[in-house]
Amino acid sequence: MDYFLELFLGGLTRGSIYALIALGYTMVYGIIGLINFAHGEIYMLGAFTGLIVASLLTVFGLNQYAILVLASLVAMVYAAAYGYTVEKIAYRPLRQASRLSPLISAIGMSIFLQNYVRLAQTSDFLPFPALIPDLAFMEPYAHIIGSAELVILLVTAMVMLLLTAVIRFTRIGRAMRATAQDKGMAMLVGVDVNRVISITFMIGSALAALGGVLIASHIGQINFAIGFIAGIKAFTAAVLGGIGSIPGAVLGGFVLGCTESFATGYVSSDYEDVFAFGLLVLILVFRPAGILGRAAAEKV
Amino acid sequence: MTDAGKESGGMTTARAVRRSLLVSLWFMFLTLPILVIRVNPVAQEIVWRWRNLFLIGVGSFVLSLVGQFLTHRQTRRTPSLTPGRLAIFRQRCMREPQIYVPFLLCAVLTTLLFPWFFSTYQTNIMTTALMYVVLGLGLNIVVGLAGLLDLGYVAFYAVGAYSYALLNHHFGLGFWAALPIGAGLAALFGILLGFPVLRLRGDYLAIVTLGFGEIIRLILENWNEFSFGPSGIANIPRPGFFGLDLSLAGATVYLYYLMIGLVLFTIFVVNRLQNSRIGRAWIALREDELACQAMGIDKTRTKLTAFALGATWAGMVGVIFAAKTTFINPPSFTFLESAMILAIVVLGGMGSIAGVVIAALVLILLPEYLRAFAEYRMLLFGAVLVIMMIFRPQGLISSARRAYKFMPVPVAAGRNKRHGTAADH
Amino acid sequence: MGPLLTIDRLCMDFGGLRALDHLNLSVAAGEIVALIGPNGAGKTTFFNCLTGLCAPTAGEIHLVVPGRGQRLRLNGLPPNRVTEKGLARTFQNIRLFADMTVLENVMIGRHCRTKAGVFGAVFRSAAARIEEQQIVTASAAILERLGLGSYFNDLARNLPYGAQRRLEIARALATEPVLLLLDEPAAGMNPQETAELDELILKIRSELGIAILLIEHDMRLVMSLSDRIVVMDHGEKIAEGTPAEIRSNPLVITAYLGEDLAQTA
Repeated sequence: MDYFLELFLGGLTRGSIYALIALGYTMVYGIIGLINFAHGEIYMLGAFTGLIVASLLTVFGLNQYAILVLASLVAMVYAAAYGYTVEKIAYRPLRQASRLSPLISAIGMSIFLQNYVRLAQTSDFLPFPALIPDLAFMEPYAHIIGSAELVILLVTAMVMLLLTAVIRFTRIGRAMRATAQDKGMAMLVGVDVNRVISITFMIGSALAALGGVLIASHIGQINFAIGFIAGIKAFTAAVLGGIGSIPGAVLGGFVLGCTESFATGYVSSDYEDVFAFGLLVLILVFRPAGILGRAAAEKV
Repeated sequence: MTDAGKESGGMTTARAVRRSLLVSLWFMFLTLPILVIRVNPVAQEIVWRWRNLFLIGVGSFVLSLVGQFLTHRQTRRTPSLTPGRLAIFRQRCMREPQIYVPFLLCAVLTTLLFPWFFSTYQTNIMTTALMYVVLGLGLNIVVGLAGLLDLGYVAFYAVGAYSYALLNHHFGLGFWAALPIGAGLAALFGILLGFPVLRLRGDYLAIVTLGFGEIIRLILENWNEFSFGPSGIANIPRPGFFGLDLSLAGATVYLYYLMIGLVLFTIFVVNRLQNSRIGRAWIALREDELACQAMGIDKTRTKLTAFALGATWAGMVGVIFAAKTTFINPPSFTFLESAMILAIVVLGGMGSIAGVVIAALVLILLPEYLRAFAEYRMLLFGAVLVIMMIFRPQGLISSARRAYKFMPVPVAAGRNKRHGTAADH
Repeated sequence: MGPLLTIDRLCMDFGGLRALDHLNLSVAAGEIVALIGPNGAGKTTFFNCLTGLCAPTAGEIHLVVPGRGQRLRLNGLPPNRVTEKGLARTFQNIRLFADMTVLENVMIGRHCRTKAGVFGAVFRSAAARIEEQQIVTASAAILERLGLGSYFNDLARNLPYGAQRRLEIARALATEPVLLLLDEPAAGMNPQETAELDELILKIRSELGIAILLIEHDMRLVMSLSDRIVVMDHGEKIAEGTPAEIRSNPLVITAYLGEDLAQTA
């Protein structure tokens, strides 16, 4: 039973990170119908920025909590800046182009960013310091859930609530929903669509970076290629829940995380990634609308 | 130019400089952590590379200025109806024999005599480039003609390579026997992949094919009993020449000519296909899937033929790849390989044979010969994809549709039809 | 002779919305039938059900091809099979193959009447060569007939609007239909072009013997062309009859035509 619980909570932790990244995919898809292939790379950039900031601050001898908070914040700001720039360079000029053009551009951007980090930093794995401190009161439960996992779960839960509140109750949230519904109409009623799209990219990127820093400090190492697999898995989560739907992304993240956790725990860990890819192919083929999404029909 | 014009020109220059400064500052900010600071968490040491910041600052400033200058000129120039100088030059090159015949002759001679003038090493590189030409032409059927964005193309390449390696390992099958089998198996996999993705929209199809490609690679990596896992398969024989065992140099030259032959064969087949009933159906499918079906084209069959025919070439090149390197393992078949082939198709121009050939040669040979470039190869490929999509989505050489010539419509022979159509009158 | 196309109690639901409600309709060989009704009445959905782009929730669609005699059930067939059986259509918002030439667009229409395969294409077998030649001549002849002869090798995207509409009809004709479905063929046309279209549709019927079912909002065209008019509203058929009958039908006038047309009529 403990083993089951451990796997389940491990799955939830994993899943919450997938969900954080998946939110970026789903928000962007919801608003401009693009699979932002470079999103996984933003997550990787976030993790690298976090590592650099954390290393700098360690040299200055700050305390652990401050380092965690600062590293996460700077990583989020930088990721947002990258997200904004990527959208502006690689996607905005292609708003009117055929459906495949922005996707190919996104793939190019993804490869570019990966190799940018490889060349600027290193192609080796870098150790990532454990930024999340061990909590004393968690000691008795250590065999089921670690403190880091608990922190990750709590932080992601809070962020998701905050995001929901932003989208539901603020001006920019309303503008985002309007743009997702009908870009032309939103523009007519005075919504600055370009700004809304930029902000969507920035929010999504910041969330991915937060996920990057948290999971990197939990796993303990990063390299330039981590964005690819994480991106695909988060995309799977987004599709699983129903792409375009924010609760769907969260649900999809948890479902995928638990599936992986149980599959590797009870079946075999060799094929960990095959489960994710297999799941992705199966959903897209049999239920492309996902759990919470609705099928969209082409207008004739 | 009038005074007013000069003044506004001066003002726009100032504005352009200011904008470029902002752009440059932005990129300096953006690249600050990744490009300037390098940390080594183990040794707790930090390296500051301020020179990079300076380079980025100057580089982005200049690029931004040039970019603004170019767009400015473009908007100022009234769009003319006559084709640009480049287009006219290209047309002239295509039409006038005294221009293209010597050029073509030179190209043919160089390719034929290449192994006699260059080292084994050079010939090897050329063979690799030719392999990518065929891969590009094969993917061009799927992506360029049928408009199906296949991101898992490398899977078929892997199928071909492993078919030869495994068949040879277990049954001692030779290269020439494995070539058609590898091609056939790849085609079969193409159909296997094709079936589930038939109903999918463009971007979902891309992701599923990507997943499929990765699944194939992961299986090869983990199923040790079948594929020997990450350690791969070694000692794959090079192709024999009528039972003769060739020296390393001899085999290289032989493979080179083999690839030349395959390239010519591929061009021949793809060219015939794209101006046939099947090829037209592919293009129609790319243009408008719904209208295409409404015009009586069987979507399922058309897509499956595209997948199967595209995969066939990858399978063949896979067999040749295994024979050339004599050793294969899963890391040769990652997504980046698919992306590279896609970059070739995109750069060359979707659906354009000449474009794909040139793009493959440029993208493969350039990093090989400019050693400084080699490290930046993938960076370059990524940038090529983005830049081409933004500035020239039709590729270097856009595909031109065939023009048909007519005699003043003759009366066609009476045919069995339920109703007279136009042809009967 | 019985009707060519028989539609029996056709229903189409989208979620909770009933787009077609027990629609009955028939078209006789060589007949021109117009389908009219306000926007959102379900006319295009009806076409989509007929041509296999939507699967109807309930009801039957049957086609009897003259000279063949069999009753072919069309519902449940994929779009390309429906076209093979002899139903061809055009689209409300023009859907040409924009980057193909005008001739190639029509040649695509010949696809389902020809059969050259991959091997024929690669090795240029005698049969494939002859077939290809026939595709070209037949397509060229259709273009000449529709007055598009001067555009053969132009890209479809570069054609003027009216010519694009005609090219859609040409492409549909190339599939050798027994019944042609036209979805708002006169939309966006000026009176001159509409008049030419009127002539063209009559010519298609008289010279090729093809029956025509059309959706149209241009009442002048509908009244002058049709043998019979069917009026739809909210997915239901609310009236059917000759142009004269429809014109004087009070139900139609209140539901659809409105005051203006009622006066001019």
